Amino acid sequence: MLTERAAIAANRFGLGARPGDAERISGDPAGWLADQIEAAAGGAPEPKRPPESAAVLQEIRDLRLARAVAAQARTRFRSDQPPAETASASAEEPQIDAEAIRDYAAFIRERYVAQVAERHRRAITTEAPFVERLVHFWSNHFAVSADKQPIGAIAGLYEEEAIRPRVTGNFLDLLTAAERHPAMILYLDNQASMGASSTAARTLRRNRDVALGQNENLAREILELHTLGVAGGYTQTDVTEFAKVLTGWSIGGQLGQGAALSPRLARALAPGNGGDPGEFHFRAAMHEPGDKTILGKRYTERGIDEGEAVLEDLALHPATAKHLATKLARHLVADEPPAALVERLAATYLDNGGELVPVYRTLVESPESWREPLAKYKTPQDLVISTYRALDETPESLERATGFLTQLGQRPYTPGSPAGWPDTAAHWDSGDALLKRIEWAAAIGRAAGNRIDPVPLAEAILGAVADEHTIASIARAESGGQALGLLLAAPEFQRR
Amino acid sequence: MVDRRTLLKASAQLTLLAPFAHIAHAVANPDARFVLVILRGGLDGLAAVPPYGEPQYRNLRGSLALDSPGNGGGAVLKLDGLFGLHPALTNLHAMYGAGELSVLHAVATPYRERSHFDGQKVLEAGLDSPATSAGGWLNRALAELAKTGDARDAIALAESVPLVLRGDFAVDAWAPSRLPGTDDDTLARVRALYETTDPKLARRLSDALAARELAGDAGLGGRIGGGGRGGGAQLAPLATAAARFLASADGPRIAVIDVGGWDTHANQGAGQGALALRLRGLDSGLQTLKTELGPVWGDTSMLVVTEFGRTVAVNGTRGTDHGTAGCAFLAGGAVNGGRVIADWPGLASRDLHEGRDLRATTDLRAVFKGVLAERFRLAESALGRAVFPGSEAVQALTSL
Repeated sequence: MLTERAAIAANRFGLGARPGDAERISGDPAGWLADQIEAAAGGAPEPKRPPESAAVLQEIRDLRLARAVAAQARTRFRSDQPPAETASASAEEPQIDAEAIRDYAAFIRERYVAQVAERHRRAITTEAPFVERLVHFWSNHFAVSADKQPIGAIAGLYEEEAIRPRVTGNFLDLLTAAERHPAMILYLDNQASMGASSTAARTLRRNRDVALGQNENLAREILELHTLGVAGGYTQTDVTEFAKVLTGWSIGGQLGQGAALSPRLARALAPGNGGDPGEFHFRAAMHEPGDKTILGKRYTERGIDEGEAVLEDLALHPATAKHLATKLARHLVADEPPAALVERLAATYLDNGGELVPVYRTLVESPESWREPLAKYKTPQDLVISTYRALDETPESLERATGFLTQLGQRPYTPGSPAGWPDTAAHWDSGDALLKRIEWAAAIGRAAGNRIDPVPLAEAILGAVADEHTIASIARAESGGQALGLLLAAPEFQRR
Repeated sequence: MVDRRTLLKASAQLTLLAPFAHIAHAVANPDARFVLVILRGGLDGLAAVPPYGEPQYRNLRGSLALDSPGNGGGAVLKLDGLFGLHPALTNLHAMYGAGELSVLHAVATPYRERSHFDGQKVLEAGLDSPATSAGGWLNRALAELAKTGDARDAIALAESVPLVLRGDFAVDAWAPSRLPGTDDDTLARVRALYETTDPKLARRLSDALAARELAGDAGLGGRIGGGGRGGGAQLAPLATAAARFLASADGPRIAVIDVGGWDTHANQGAGQGALALRLRGLDSGLQTLKTELGPVWGDTSMLVVTEFGRTVAVNGTRGTDHGTAGCAFLAGGAVNGGRVIADWPGLASRDLHEGRDLRATTDLRAVFKGVLAERFRLAESALGRAVFPGSEAVQALTSL
């Protein structure tokens, strides 16, 4: 049977116990967690070149172009028809129109579904669930949302390309990779952000063209959400100045509507300013020239290096250390994390120059992490993943799971705001949501029927934290299916 | 059997006889309904309620400026010589004409930074800083009401209770379910298990079952789709559900709905486009509420608010960035409407907050206080101390 510490390691730090975890973990739960981190830090895979997201964005650009051409053709076709005959003639509209429009939506949907399935498969089967939880944590810290097109097609790739390879590295690398990824650039509207005095803006104005301007969304969210935190001591002027620094942080390629800019702007930037299609590209012509001052420090004009320098200072700012320490402790220990623990984590972070592995090690070694076995209420996503881990099976179709997640307000990769999904019980524990979680548990139980022997399973995955009443209730159930439903609905399984 | 409404009426009469001065004005309409709609993301008040009569309006708003009233389908719907409504808000315009809508402008919470999350916390907590530990102002108001013997039920039309309704006073949350139901026996066993081992989950479950029973009675089971955080188009089904709850004899009297999608940083559009679509969804959702409420519309006040307005100027991506003051709507059969309530600060650059945002001249808490004082007869002392601590200097608006 799982000891209490093993249950905490598997269910709170991991993604939920699997049958057999007692043998794997109970001997040395803290060591089991630490080993996962060391192994990941030693063998981070080289990111693929070119990244898959670049190819997907290229394809999206082509599909958008086809869609725009098709829509134009249809408009022309319709306006050519004498009004009286419109109804009868509509059947002869070129079929390619509808197809091109459907293709675009279908392409995004297929990529999204495949990436979500892969994410679940990994989470359910991984032998290093602590590392996987950290991937999810950082992906949520640097949230993008598939609600905004075409990010649905690359949200999972963003997690693989920008986040996963760097969760056991230095925070600066993680931060830089996340902010430079096209998913983030698109999500926070930076691809067309242009300095008012940049060469591109001046060219546009000279040609009496509409000049675009700068957008402060990315700059604001980096300060507020990704680094310093909202109380981190920056001002609106810092946001505006940082937005200037980030002008030109864009996406490469011949610029169709897909990846970013209007043809007019593309002409103003051309030639020789294309970059690699669908990848991060610094457009010097859009960059606001001149020195900028952020948080009282002056950054001299250095093109893209300015942004890198600001990120470096932000990464090692004490407010960032505090913000990250609080979020990590809240995610892994308690909604209101102990202040001493947060301070210890922040100090570890700063003492180690932003290296993340020592922070995780401190977390695992801190007594606070092992005190309250069921301090956290599972998010819907935690619940789904831990359910399938408990059953030790990857579902053939994720339809039921994603339907449930959508119902509970946590459809994968759609946090609805750059702040990511909330990490406290208050957001997830309404009565109505609880009723749906019970329905989920009961439905999984019904589907499994008498296939599983529930009392040994309860002992295997809840172990020492299971209340005797819970075990008794499971044992007294009228069927194996109902027993499994009760196990999954039990407070010890709803919490972690 | 005495139903709860009769009891409420009886207790209202009793309090009239009670020899305590502070209850002397406690004759709130026991049938009053209040709906709070929170638009998350920062609605652009200058797009929803354009000050088309401002000399600077057209110039400042550039490609986002709307045509003056009377200039075709995309033109502003006239309210008065200065203000109009966005052309998508046709139902609200009709309510205005019927004296059922007041439009508030240049309003804001005390929050002067530009974070959505903190802005919403201030809006919902009802404090002058983004603290969440004291819960939300509407929950505190309900708790104060309950202390006077006037307990009124509230419900959030959402998967989870938003901050404004969180606190010591018990409230429900309800959102449509599409999962197959659980059989009664399993449910009873889960309930018994929670009652033995986890009182908090037990309470949540029993609230949820009560709410679902009510929704089932109103014929809502499984018919409604969408969560509360999507776009304007998703408001209509939530509005239907809210109206059925509120119209039901034993149902809640207060409802909170929240709708996201107002953070228009890029390609906001003017008469047509992304924001116009959201506004149309909002307009038809509010109309749905009116229609579905039927006879109790006359007892209803709906307040539509957002965490902050947006920049006056158009940004580089044909949208607007986070700003300060914006607009709010107060609609309903109980509303003394047909008015624009605004101490208008103007749009000249010296009049703008930090040279970029519409300046706030009315604290939203003055609106909240006014509604709570007039609809629920909450005493000014309770409003200033318990409901909105530290707001004694903020005078409640009157004749709302």
